[in-house]
Amino acid sequence: MFIDFIYDLRRNKVPVGLQEAVALARALALGLHDSSLEGFYFVARSILVHRESHLDPFDVAFAAHFRGIAVEAKKIHAELLEWLRDPIQRKELTDEERALLEALDLDEVKRLLEERLREQNERHDGGNRWIGTGGTSPFGRAGTNPRGIRIGAASGGRSAVKTADARAYQGYRSDLVLDVRQIELALRKLRAFSREGSFEELDLDGTIDRTAQNGGELEVVTRPPRRPNTRVILMMDVGGSMDPYAQTMSQLFSAAKRSTHWKELRIYYFHNCTYGAVYPTEQFRDPVKITDLVADCGPHYKLVLVGDALMAPWELLGAPSYGESEKSAAGVAWLLYLREHFERSVWLNPEPPSVWAGSTVETIKSIFPMFELTLDGLSEAIAELMRGSLRR
Amino acid sequence: MSTFLRFRGTERYLTNEALEASVNSALALERPLLVRGEPGTGKTLLAEAIAEALPARLISWNVKSTTRAQDGLYVYDTVQRLYDSRFGDGDIRDIRRYIKLGPMGQAISAGERTVLLIDEIDKADLEFPNDLLHELDRMHFTITETGDEITAKQRPMVIITSNNEKELPDAFLRRCVFHFIDFPDREFMKRVVAVHHPGLDDALAEQTLQAFFELRNMKGLRKRPSTSELIDWIAVLKKAGVAAVKLDQSLPFLGTLLKKEQDVGAYADRLAGGRKYRS
Repeated sequence: MFIDFIYDLRRNKVPVGLQEAVALARALALGLHDSSLEGFYFVARSILVHRESHLDPFDVAFAAHFRGIAVEAKKIHAELLEWLRDPIQRKELTDEERALLEALDLDEVKRLLEERLREQNERHDGGNRWIGTGGTSPFGRAGTNPRGIRIGAASGGRSAVKTADARAYQGYRSDLVLDVRQIELALRKLRAFSREGSFEELDLDGTIDRTAQNGGELEVVTRPPRRPNTRVILMMDVGGSMDPYAQTMSQLFSAAKRSTHWKELRIYYFHNCTYGAVYPTEQFRDPVKITDLVADCGPHYKLVLVGDALMAPWELLGAPSYGESEKSAAGVAWLLYLREHFERSVWLNPEPPSVWAGSTVETIKSIFPMFELTLDGLSEAIAELMRGSLRR
Repeated sequence: MSTFLRFRGTERYLTNEALEASVNSALALERPLLVRGEPGTGKTLLAEAIAEALPARLISWNVKSTTRAQDGLYVYDTVQRLYDSRFGDGDIRDIRRYIKLGPMGQAISAGERTVLLIDEIDKADLEFPNDLLHELDRMHFTITETGDEITAKQRPMVIITSNNEKELPDAFLRRCVFHFIDFPDREFMKRVVAVHHPGLDDALAEQTLQAFFELRNMKGLRKRPSTSELIDWIAVLKKAGVAAVKLDQSLPFLGTLLKKEQDVGAYADRLAGGRKYRS
């Protein structure tokens, strides 16, 4: 059952691996959980969960697995040890994890554990049992330590399952919508540095080297400072079907604007599809020809398109119409043109992937790598943008 | 029975069961404790409290955007050496004179157990945590200039704080015990206030808490006030001899709670019923 819990966590994208399982086995052997389900909940949470966005999936899985079940501590320990010994399990491990497992003396853990259980038997009545149902753990700590004041979850008041059920961390799930600061942080990963420009920074190592070679006469060596070297073009679909996402779009916009780690950021707007031109303002004035933009911006610019990619098929595949001056190519041709020119480009879609199938979204997805406009999707998109610098 | 010190908070630092479980797991497993949470929830104070409870010497490493992992171990003061070689006195052939240990280097080389606080790790470069992995695992480093190898006799208790940000690499996270400090609920906050302002008038405590939580729950604030701001606010109120506060009027010393002009404007619009703060 406990192993099911771990696999359930993994299914919910909480990356629990052997390292965590081993640590938990050690913690249980040391008796950190004070033989209560509540204590177990907190110890397991601190060891298995590594970021606040995983707290909620953890709570959900915990409540599902430990509700209304009387669990014997010994059983969980035994199960965990059994799992760690399982040779099939070892195949799935990374080298790092295997080395870790070999370093761990399972028998030692087991011995410690049994010692603990014996001690508890002596100390409390039937003390090796966890009561999972009512959440009234019989092993409440009375907070006898004079230095500490026990507060919050007073023993027996709020069971571990109740705590888990409260799902207090729902707001931190990362697969939900994002706020500006989070976007900014995600965007921060989109950066690279290079040394160029005038020689104005003191190169200390170089100076020492040259001075030494110069027989101790000081010779100063300078070099260009390290500067950010990422250039980004952001194109956003506005109006029509994008209206419901206006807030998300404006958050992305302000986060991009505030990002100071780029050498250059260009923001353009379009409606549904880029066609031959994009617009520097939301009022669709002063069009910038795509051909001019491409001539101006080298392939090293990172292109980010944001839109629901949803339009009438003729808008994408048929003759150009809206805001079009070059009567030559269909919308899809312009998108292909952009994709061909820039080494790295992505399309961010505010709609969830579940509705992508069977529309113009699919066509566009075949042109640009498409990601959902959530924190996770944005991180993946940025990983795509940063991936190598070679032409695809 | 294995014995290790159980952390139960200190007189000045209140904990709850979740936090104690995390701290004790970190102590027992000898892993770094990663603490995250909103600004002003006492992440840094936790390190001080642990150091006080153990007791052990606290070594703080305040990370800045320019901090490199190497700086935490040691710095080789080449400029000083270069300078001394031309004008100075002393033995410039002794490189050790120019090696200065950083906070992490001090914690590792100390003969006793120390508490090492790596504060606001998310401020540094993205690669920073990865650069620290080896040293955090082994508690061992080599000074390349002299060949000296330094290994911790007693592993320092490492506490790492980070703001509410999704920034840290997975390999790093896997090695840490994680704790997310919740924003205190009202009951807890009352205790916190009592710890910091003993003997505070009950009515005033009630009113300030009421005002504080209503303000925090107000929509549209850019920076919501946190615990440290509440503590400061009450200190100011006490000094000024204010006996009662009410949220529907203009709050005295609002500036200690709301730090952004837009927030003061939003407050004026919604609660104070007027635009007297707007210029």
